[in-house]
Amino acid sequence: MAEMLTQSRLNPQLDAEGKLQHLLSTEGLPLPVITQILDTAESFLEVSDRDVKKVPLLRGKSVFNLFFENSTRTRTTFEIAAKRLSADVINLDVSRSSTAKGETLLDTIDNLCSMHADMFVVRHATSGAPFLIAEHLKRIGRDDIHVVNAGDGRHAHPTQGLLDMYTIRHYKKDFANLRVAIVGDILHSRVARSDLHALRTLGCGEIRAIAPKTLLPGYLEQLGVKVFHDMNEGLRDCDVVIMLRLQNERMNGALLPSAGEYFKRYGLTPEKLALAKPDAIVMHPGPMNRGVEIDSSVADGPQAVILNQVTFGIAVRMAVMGILAGN
Amino acid sequence: MPEAIPTQLPDAELQLASLAEQLRPHLTPDTALVGIYSGGAWVAERLKQLLDIREEVGQIDVSFYRDDFAEKGLHPQVRPSHIPFEVEGRPLILVDDVLYTGRTTRAAINELFDYGRPARVELAVLADRGERELPIEPGYCVWEVDLEEGEELILGREESGRLFWKMGRNDRG
Repeated sequence: MAEMLTQSRLNPQLDAEGKLQHLLSTEGLPLPVITQILDTAESFLEVSDRDVKKVPLLRGKSVFNLFFENSTRTRTTFEIAAKRLSADVINLDVSRSSTAKGETLLDTIDNLCSMHADMFVVRHATSGAPFLIAEHLKRIGRDDIHVVNAGDGRHAHPTQGLLDMYTIRHYKKDFANLRVAIVGDILHSRVARSDLHALRTLGCGEIRAIAPKTLLPGYLEQLGVKVFHDMNEGLRDCDVVIMLRLQNERMNGALLPSAGEYFKRYGLTPEKLALAKPDAIVMHPGPMNRGVEIDSSVADGPQAVILNQVTFGIAVRMAVMGILAGN
Repeated sequence: MPEAIPTQLPDAELQLASLAEQLRPHLTPDTALVGIYSGGAWVAERLKQLLDIREEVGQIDVSFYRDDFAEKGLHPQVRPSHIPFEVEGRPLILVDDVLYTGRTTRAAINELFDYGRPARVELAVLADRGERELPIEPGYCVWEVDLEEGEELILGREESGRLFWKMGRNDRG
């Protein structure tokens, strides 16, 4: 019990009983919680195949999508997930309304609490914003409201990390014998960070990071990640290749010479993919830059599972919201 | 263990055979069975064999439809429901091991209708322990049994597939 309490203090995602209260990061998410989310998602995947693609679990609950940073796709998948759980979904385009008028983040939250919110799905350009909201809710005695981090700055994108784990488990079953490579702009990627922590918790056999030095954070080796600058070397015998989106703004920041040069060295072509295992799967969180980080023939090829990731993503988000709402 | 628990529990295999005979005259060529996880799914699987039903057995987990979600949260082990046939227009027999409050049956019927509109839904159970909280009655039942509150009748399955009864305690309704 004492251990549990310490855990919940260190990890504000968990309540005093170790149950999931908010989903803020895959870091520190205990294995049983990850496993429960992935198992539950499997049941939700089946729901999307029915005549009526809806279950009554969140009937009468209000889910607020708070996107302080634009992302049509992630917002849409959360919206679909919440609607398939029968929740009422309210999309607030905060980047264009209250914040623009000068309201602080926590004032916005206080207002929404008064509108009887049950869950906030938060996307914010600043790392830690969802943590701040979760702590604020506790302070004002509204810890009945759950927070789901839909991406905060460079920090975390836990539902993407979990849907990536769902995808890997779906195709590869056991993590222990897997060699997983993450390729591209790891330094700025919250997806990479969320994947790394989840892969470690799930006991992934070998995690590799492939990128130019300018796009790699310093902490990787501490996490037991094998770092490669040569993509041909890094891809050898991999079971899973996770490509990351190269954000165009990085090109201007002198971190990279040019898109063409980047593609030559770190773009995933059929020739490079051939170095991985023959049954290796190729993943990408989207949106893809064809011809920058991934060749079209790979993106549309038989090893790509990129569109299935999107389908799995809805089931995983349903699982996260379903579990949170019941805790 | 309190003495209210029957010392000699009936043979679930004999009950299964007797339930199959109750159902037999009412089957049509397109009748399909749907078992409720986990006990009901086992019973449905065995009934399919005993009755030579061609259609695969459907299985449902009612976790997403339970009316106590707000109090109890999501069951930690939800299994995917699986209905391998067209529900629309089909006569269905919903199968469970024990009928009690009727709430699980209610949830299962709601879930079935999300797959389509069946021609008819009937309920077949091995045991009925009464104390209904909803207007639900089984069309086919082998054993009516009285239990104390908190007592639970549990269907077990041996590795060979043989079904048997055991007693347990439970705080859930």
